[in-house]
Amino acid sequence: MNPNEEKVKIITEEFTENDEDAQVRRQKKKSRAQRQQRKKQPRTPGPEEMVSENCHVGPPLEPGEEKPDTHLLSTTARRGPRSLPPVPSTSRTGFAEFSMRERMREKLQAARSKAESALLQEIPTPRPRRLRSPSERESETEFGTEPSKEIQGTQQEDDLKSYTRVKFHDSVRKLKSKSQAPPGFPSAEEAYNFFIFNFDPGPEEQEEKPTVICRDGANQEEEEGEEEGPAQTGDETGEEGLLDGKDAEDFLLGLDPTAHNFVTVRAAEYESTHIRLQKEKEVLFVPSRLTVPTYKKLPENVQPRFLEDEGLYIGARPEVARNNQNIMENRLLMQESGRKWFGDDGRVLALPSPIKPSPSRPPQFTQELSNKAELETLYKKATKYIHRHQHMIGSGDPPGNFQLDIDISGLIFTHHPCFSREHVLASKLAQLYDQYLARHQRNKAKFLTDKLQALRNAVQTGLNPEKSHHSLDTTQTNINEYKSEIRQTRKLRDAEQEKDRTLLKNIIKVWKEMKSLREFQRFTNTPLKLVLRKEKVDQKADEEAYEAEIQAEINELLEEHAEEYAQKMEEYKTSHQQWKAWKKAQRAKKKKNKQAAEENPDEEGGEPFPEEEPVKPIPPEPTDTAIIEQQVRERAVHSRRRPGEPKLVPELTLAGNTTPNEQCPRVEVLRREDVKRRSVYLKVLFNNKEVSRTVSRQLGADFRVHFGQIFNLQIFNWPESLTLQVYETVGHSSTTLLAEVFLPIPETTLVTGRAPIEEVEFSSSQHVTLDHEGVGSGVPFSFEADGSNQLILMTSGKVSHSVAWAIGENGIPLIPPLSQQNIGFRSALKRADAISSIGTSGLTDMKKLAKWAAESKLDPNDPNNAPLMQLISIATSGESYIPNFFRIEQLQQEFNFVSDEELSRSKRFRLLSLRSQEVPEFRNYKQIPIYDREIMEKVFQDYEKRLRDRNVIETKDHLDAHRATVAKYLQQVRESVVNRFLIAKHHFLLTDLVAEEEVPNISILGLSLFKLAEQKRPLKPRRKGRKKVTAQNLSDGDIKLLVNIIRAYDIPVRKPIVSKFQQPSRSSRTFREPHAASPSAHSPAHSADYPLSQVLVRPFVEVSFQRTICHTTTAEGPNPSWNEELELPFRAPNEDYSTASLQSVKDDVYINIFDEVLYDVLEDDRERGSGIHTRIERHWLGCVKIPFSTIYFQTRIDGTFKIDIPPVLLGYSKEHNMIMERGFDYARSLSEGSYITLFITIEPQLVPAEPVREKFDSQEDEKLLQATEKFQAECALKFPHRQCLTTVIDISGKTVFITRYLKPLNPPPELLNVYPNNSQATTELVARYVSLIPFLPDSVSFAGICDLWSTSDQFLDLLAGDEEEHAVLLCNYFLSLGKKAWLVMGNAIPEGPTAYVLSREKNHYLIWNPCSGHCYGQYDTFCPLKTVGCLIGPDNIWFNIQEHDSPLRINFDVTKPKLWKSFFSRSLPYPGLSSVQPEELIYQRTDKAAVAELQDRIEKILKEKIMDWRPRHLTRWNRYCTSTLRHFLPLLESSQGDDVEDEHRAELLKQLGDYRFSGFPLHMPYSEVKPLIEAVYSTGVHNIDVPNVEFALAVYIHPYPKNVLSVWIYVASLIRNR
Amino acid sequence: MAAASPSVFLLMINGQVESAQFPEYDDLYCKYCFVYGQDWAPMAGLEEGISQIASKSQNVQRALVWNFPIDVTFKSTNPYGWPQIVLSVYGPDVFGNDVVRGYGAVHVPFSPGRYKKTIPMFVPESTSTLQKFTSWFMGRRPEYTDPKVVAQSEGREVTRVRSQGFATLIFNVVTKDLRKLGYDTGPAGTQNILGPSLPQSNLQ
Repeated sequence: MNPNEEKVKIITEEFTENDEDAQVRRQKKKSRAQRQQRKKQPRTPGPEEMVSENCHVGPPLEPGEEKPDTHLLSTTARRGPRSLPPVPSTSRTGFAEFSMRERMREKLQAARSKAESALLQEIPTPRPRRLRSPSERESETEFGTEPSKEIQGTQQEDDLKSYTRVKFHDSVRKLKSKSQAPPGFPSAEEAYNFFIFNFDPGPEEQEEKPTVICRDGANQEEEEGEEEGPAQTGDETGEEGLLDGKDAEDFLLGLDPTAHNFVTVRAAEYESTHIRLQKEKEVLFVPSRLTVPTYKKLPENVQPRFLEDEGLYIGARPEVARNNQNIMENRLLMQESGRKWFGDDGRVLALPSPIKPSPSRPPQFTQELSNKAELETLYKKATKYIHRHQHMIGSGDPPGNFQLDIDISGLIFTHHPCFSREHVLASKLAQLYDQYLARHQRNKAKFLTDKLQALRNAVQTGLNPEKSHHSLDTTQTNINEYKSEIRQTRKLRDAEQEKDRTLLKNIIKVWKEMKSLREFQRFTNTPLKLVLRKEKVDQKADEEAYEAEIQAEINELLEEHAEEYAQKMEEYKTSHQQWKAWKKAQRAKKKKNKQAAEENPDEEGGEPFPEEEPVKPIPPEPTDTAIIEQQVRERAVHSRRRPGEPKLVPELTLAGNTTPNEQCPRVEVLRREDVKRRSVYLKVLFNNKEVSRTVSRQLGADFRVHFGQIFNLQIFNWPESLTLQVYETVGHSSTTLLAEVFLPIPETTLVTGRAPIEEVEFSSSQHVTLDHEGVGSGVPFSFEADGSNQLILMTSGKVSHSVAWAIGENGIPLIPPLSQQNIGFRSALKRADAISSIGTSGLTDMKKLAKWAAESKLDPNDPNNAPLMQLISIATSGESYIPNFFRIEQLQQEFNFVSDEELSRSKRFRLLSLRSQEVPEFRNYKQIPIYDREIMEKVFQDYEKRLRDRNVIETKDHLDAHRATVAKYLQQVRESVVNRFLIAKHHFLLTDLVAEEEVPNISILGLSLFKLAEQKRPLKPRRKGRKKVTAQNLSDGDIKLLVNIIRAYDIPVRKPIVSKFQQPSRSSRTFREPHAASPSAHSPAHSADYPLSQVLVRPFVEVSFQRTICHTTTAEGPNPSWNEELELPFRAPNEDYSTASLQSVKDDVYINIFDEVLYDVLEDDRERGSGIHTRIERHWLGCVKIPFSTIYFQTRIDGTFKIDIPPVLLGYSKEHNMIMERGFDYARSLSEGSYITLFITIEPQLVPAEPVREKFDSQEDEKLLQATEKFQAECALKFPHRQCLTTVIDISGKTVFITRYLKPLNPPPELLNVYPNNSQATTELVARYVSLIPFLPDSVSFAGICDLWSTSDQFLDLLAGDEEEHAVLLCNYFLSLGKKAWLVMGNAIPEGPTAYVLSREKNHYLIWNPCSGHCYGQYDTFCPLKTVGCLIGPDNIWFNIQEHDSPLRINFDVTKPKLWKSFFSRSLPYPGLSSVQPEELIYQRTDKAAVAELQDRIEKILKEKIMDWRPRHLTRWNRYCTSTLRHFLPLLESSQGDDVEDEHRAELLKQLGDYRFSGFPLHMPYSEVKPLIEAVYSTGVHNIDVPNVEFALAVYIHPYPKNVLSVWIYVASLIRNR
Repeated sequence: MAAASPSVFLLMINGQVESAQFPEYDDLYCKYCFVYGQDWAPMAGLEEGISQIASKSQNVQRALVWNFPIDVTFKSTNPYGWPQIVLSVYGPDVFGNDVVRGYGAVHVPFSPGRYKKTIPMFVPESTSTLQKFTSWFMGRRPEYTDPKVVAQSEGREVTRVRSQGFATLIFNVVTKDLRKLGYDTGPAGTQNILGPSLPQSNLQ
């Protein structure tokens, strides 16, 4: 049994039960199919009674419906299926798989759930059918029964239906029984799901119904129990599918519902297209696209009126497509009163298109005359921007970009060696023709003829007596003038006419020659063809005109002749008279002479002359008309066209054919081939430099070359010459210069696009003889067979070109400014004005413009033309004021909200502009006040003072004229460097902006890979670098200087002798005297009573920086250990924490070591038991001075430093009393000085400034520079941390090879004379001299850290420099002393990278610190030089390639190539570089008087300062002591502080026996007063506040040559012992 | 007295770094700071801040929401150097290294009112492909030495950047005495309008 059938049966069976009721009902409500369906729903699942109930009580069903609805709503699955398509997604089988599914069904016949799902699949099947024609609808009702047999189904009829119904009955019964047998076979969920999924077979048409069905079904199913559920659901679905189709059908066709109407199948509502269209037609209107006839658009009987035709202005209507317009018009016409949309012309009303083709600003026409005042030229002083270009090395202004366009269009040879004879003729013909054309264009003959005619008329009218109302005289003179004019004009005309005629004749002649030549040689080379066009003339008129002309001429001639004749007659008459008179006299003479002649025959010879001269005048013949006529006619014949003869108009065409090669003789073929092998190109030379060249083009057979190239010359300078060179290449051989063509330089008004093509002729003098038909050049040849009539032609030709100035993007011609032109070069250009250079000359020509406007018939009403019209009207009326100048920024004035003076007066504006210029005083000015009144005048005072003083040397600060000048100079150098630096600062590199990891090489990569595996928390962590802080966001108090004082060695100790002079005093004894009852637990008591025991010192360290002082605790003994960290705040100048500002901080860190001495001040011994009265005194022992800049650049300073201990420390001595002789001891004692171990750093770590990366230009050889780069790169690769220096920057900013600085230079002769026999002493003295030149780091003087090296003479002039300058000078002195000396580049403490001097003594090396003058042995552990990078000698550089770089561990033998890599080697020999140093240093003797004065002033200043520093105490000066000290200081200088202490002490003791004395001499090089003050301050002498203290201060300045001053300051405090 | 003739004007900004859209990245945080001219000084509030780490929302927009408040008041005598807010966004890369995901800057609006600004964010590009790879591998992407670089024009020509996403900021701007000092920053005739002028009002 077919399962499908079975199912359908199930469904029908159910319904048969209800048949009767249903039928009754349907008959009642046939038309309300919808309602039926609804009523059917409850019936479908339920038993009969329920159905009947429902069908009768339709409306009350509603609440019932709602109830299940709500019930179902609670189920989740409900919503989904509603929207699902009729085929549930669960179905795996498609329509096509139908048969397969059937097979499946057969297998699972009993399984109802399967059957149900299969049924589900079938539901869609009716849908395609619905689209069928109504005829098939019957069959559609059957589809449910036999979907697989659709076609058969169509034929089946009602009987079949009844049959199926019966079957249904049975099958349902069967199924029912069956379903009961396996209880719950389709589970509740399954059934439920099924319900949910399948009820929506015809979703659109059924609208609400299916859901209702479903709900009810589900509801009831649950009520009824499981066993029935599945079956019912199956029924339902099948039924519904059928229902849809049927109901629809019934509804449409209105068929009588039959029993089977329960299973209704309804098709989709459908309207045929035709019907729909018809319906639509009623509602919709489709405007036609056809053009609407005009009459429809206008009121009746109105003709369209076109305003435009009536001359009114009609703007351009906006563009609308014709189609759209028609549609719109049709649409409008459909509307009521649609016609109002149309204008008189029958078109839709439209405003003119508001869109302009190009954006524009409305022109401003201000007619006021006040313009004139505004537009007049103002003089404005040029302002110079200070720091941008001022100090740039090299050229000044960047030259502008100018452009000259040279258009070379082509080249024509008028003669060429390869010309055949025919070519020669052809070119001649062409030339003649050109000439003819030119003449024809000018038509001078015609012009002259007309003029003649006019003159004749004038004469006629003049002669006419009636018309002449002028006075007779004037008429007569006029007529005479006219006549002479006529005469001249006639002559000219005749000449012209003759020329024309001969030209024509020549043309014809040449053409004939050419023709004969062509015939003769039997080939044609040129396409030239001359056609003579005859212009017919009216014979009669022509003859008349001719005759009239001749007659007129004859008449004139006659008249002329008559005049002439009259004149001649006149002349004749006078001469005749004369002659007669003479004759008479002659006769009388003759008579006299007759006698005399015989006597004197000589006179006879003289006689004939006078006799002959007055010939008897012949009376002039009256002119013969016939002869004149004859002449005139002859001339006319000669020069004029004969009457009736046709006018000949020659026309030269290129229409002729040239004979192809095959038909030519061999020579001609050769010639042609030769021509082909030749090519020509042009070189363009600008100011005699080749700038470009054209492509090489083959020479054409017509000897024309077309280039058509435009060269845009970008030029900087005014062109002086512009030359084209014509080059010819023959085959592949060399090129020859044919000729040079000089092009004129265009006027400034000539810009591209307006330049006419011009032709320039050229010719060459070369001689060429060719072995073929070519005639050659400069060689005679002939056209005649016999070789007569020879011609010599030179190569010549014409270049057609045009030269013009290019126009820039903004329409400004790119013409160099006229200032660049050579004066007098082109006078025409001098008067070039602004307008012409701007290129507005076209606009300024109003006449032209007006003419053009008139010609082009501009519509004057068109608003587009309004400005033009206005302009023209102004121009033509000539009333308006047109300035003859042009203002470029004419709107500037409008935008100036205040006048310039006011702006410059504004303090705020001034402050703002100064700040933006980064003027140092204002660079960091914050919050510039908003009102002028809030800005203090004094803000500018400093700045103005500085500007004023720029050139004024003032000696106040410097006390020394020379130093003042030097300071000034230094200031200027500094400014220039600062400016340079400012420019460099605004130049960024990628690394400045973007922090990017470098590409790691393989080793780093490996290392970092290794790092990945590294422990996160290693047991032995490594120190990590601190985070660096950019200086930008720092403020005061953020930066601290950390000074770690660790320990010191060999501090001087108190001498027992000191206590000796304290012995007399009972009252003030040292604190630690044994009978002092103080619990001095922390000190082993050493007393003066035990002179042999060790003497004690209680040192502490005080660090002072920027006047902030910190000190450590007091330690004990000469080798104390503090291990303390001191923290000092740092303040940047002007609160400017930028790197530039930080690195120019000049402050020093003073680390002073003091001895703390406690004095018992107890007056009365009796009180000793009850109180302690001690006074702390501190005695300065020495100091270490470290510049802040060093710390800044080093970021940290770590090491042991030598304490700068004054040569004399009263009361103290070194512990080991074994100060050695200063000398070059090989192994010097370690205890030579006192040392302190320090660690200094800045917290947070600051980023040191990058060095200025400017590529400095150099005068060095390029090869050398490359070698230096290579050398440095190699060295850096091997030892990246070792300093390698090859080139340095000199003071003018040029790169110089370093060895040029080293050269023996003479030390001052005074120094040499001190110890003439002791070379060691001399050496030391020289070193001392060098060290006395003040030290000034470059970074301080030159805000950037570009390290400038000055030469030794500059250094001595400046009297300031850093290590390099000192080292260079010292090294040079050593060299001149005959030592072997080198410059050592390396690292030292505390300086960091620095320069030392290495000198070779007999058997050892010495390292000199040039700034201090100290020398160290190579193996001195306290040598500040820690690493050695390279050695520099006068002729070579050696880089240290040894394993170690500490001077202790390296070998200084530079001859060993394994240890030292030398720059100049065998492969690169020393080229013998000249030195930059002067030949010789010249030392001026220092002015002693000035020095003495300076000494006094310094003393006075220092005394004042000390008094200032003690504001609360009285400062007494002990004069006696001062004078003692003053005497002692020169002694110190001469002995350099050695071996004088004892004597000195003894002397002091002698003189000041009753004083407790502490003091020391300070020694410094002199640069300024300020460092001296600082030094004195740092010793803290002034801090003694014992009431009866007295001070002594002596200053001594020892002058050395060249103003090098050694300053000694002896400061002492004295306390009177009571 | 003082109010009659003020010598400084005040600019009060409050708002927030609302959210960002970085399609490719997640778990980002942002820093903001202000860059302003020499005549400007912060008076109150924080001129720098660093936000929490935000993950992407699950909805379609996938926005990273910080809602990180900004509240700062500046005083100034000169509109030159008007403050700009500089945002920089960071987040972990695949290896967990914190890398920069975007920089962006925008001027604080000039006239009072409420503004929503969306600023494109970008990062500097590596100079070469090799460096791109190594920087990706090492987790050390190129960064600006100072995020404030993005608020200045000098030197930018040497960098190449790639855009990464967008950040949205809300500003509520209040000014004081700006008009009294002669600077008219608001739209015409907004003397009394407190809120931002609506676009409609311009059409009238």
